Amino acid sequence: MSSAELTQDHISAEIAERHEAVAKAVAEGARAPHHPPRDFTPYRSSILRHPQQPLIAVDGDPEAAELHGPVFGVTDVTDLDADLTRQHAGEPLGERITVTGRVLDRHGRPVRGQLVELWQANASGRYAHQRDQHPAPLDPNFTGVGRCLTDDQGQYSFTTVKPGAYPWRNHLNAWRPAHIHFSLFGTAFTQRLVTQMYFPGDPLFPYDPILQSVTDQAARDRLVAAYDHSLSRPEWSLGYRWDIVLDGPAATLPDPEENH
Amino acid sequence: MPGVLPPTPSQTVGPFYGYALPFTGGGDIAPAGHPDTVTVHGYVRDGNGDPIPDAVIETWQAAPDGSLAGLPGSLRRDPVTGGFLGRNGVDFTGFGRVATDADGYWAVRTLTPPDATPYLSVCVFARGLMHHLYTRAYFTDDIPAGPLAELPAARRATLLAVPESDGLRRFDIRVQGERETVFLDFR
Repeated sequence: MSSAELTQDHISAEIAERHEAVAKAVAEGARAPHHPPRDFTPYRSSILRHPQQPLIAVDGDPEAAELHGPVFGVTDVTDLDADLTRQHAGEPLGERITVTGRVLDRHGRPVRGQLVELWQANASGRYAHQRDQHPAPLDPNFTGVGRCLTDDQGQYSFTTVKPGAYPWRNHLNAWRPAHIHFSLFGTAFTQRLVTQMYFPGDPLFPYDPILQSVTDQAARDRLVAAYDHSLSRPEWSLGYRWDIVLDGPAATLPDPEENH
Repeated sequence: MPGVLPPTPSQTVGPFYGYALPFTGGGDIAPAGHPDTVTVHGYVRDGNGDPIPDAVIETWQAAPDGSLAGLPGSLRRDPVTGGFLGRNGVDFTGFGRVATDADGYWAVRTLTPPDATPYLSVCVFARGLMHHLYTRAYFTDDIPAGPLAELPAARRATLLAVPESDGLRRFDIRVQGERETVFLDFR
């Protein structure tokens, strides 16, 4: 069946089947999965792009290079990078927002001074990418790329515009809910994360095989930012809060806070 | 030790990262003109053996002196234009990032990792891949004792950056199917 003949009902039924299988396993005592399975076939591009052999666990090697990771500094970002509305001569169209949150490791410790990267479609749902053929307008005043370093509390902050929803060709009438792509580094390469942040209350959530590839509802909820009125600025912008927790082990280093 | 906070789930990098993640000199990890530069190159292929033209490959490794501390400056920026300056030509940051081309091909130029950690840690992102994949490109076929050394020889061979000539090693990544690359899990 070609993607043009594949209906939303068909995809939604496949999603429901996968979710039910996971719910059953959890009811029988399995741990609810945090991450999506790599073979989530309702997202058709995954079919030929997931390994069929099990991953090999290399835990227990305290010398593994992956327990350390890349570092970034003041030379790797510029002041304008965190404000996606100021990167061109004019101002972009759309609803101006700020997105703020903390990057933590799974023990709740802030990830300090690390690189946060984001990219997104413009307010019309169009990426500044030659291969995006969605007939929505490009915005000459918006590229949709941002970077910053987390501060001493692990906090990041971006000013941007709310991205639009857009169609894609996974199946007939497939639409992505509005989202911002994020790329994160921890203190170890094992903690690397690329993910997507969504906006609360989006009616497209149940139809989207990419968000629904996260099979556990509580885990999916962690991909949705919260509207935070205290972050909204009068006569200027709406505020969203989204905290990020990085998975994976790191080298055992003394926590600098414990030395105080 | 189990974590106390549930992690943020992974999501695919999607097809449109191209104007955001790759940066000038992303594959030039070795200091400019270093006489010991080694090029590690290869193709990324899917379960049909077709090239994956929209993958991002990241590499991380120890410096030749064994340090795993890394250095900043991989994506050094020009504060005048906001563009990329390339690395400073001296520091070894340990980090590389390149996108595959239309033929699924990628290459990084780096220095040989030290004997204690004789590999590039390789992280693969792609449209269709929900959660990135880790593997290692070993510079030795003598993998130290452990779960990787115990793999059948044919599988273990997928972890070797095969020497092709002086300063050139080949490391193909087959995400699925015949001679599927060994991918790693860290807990």
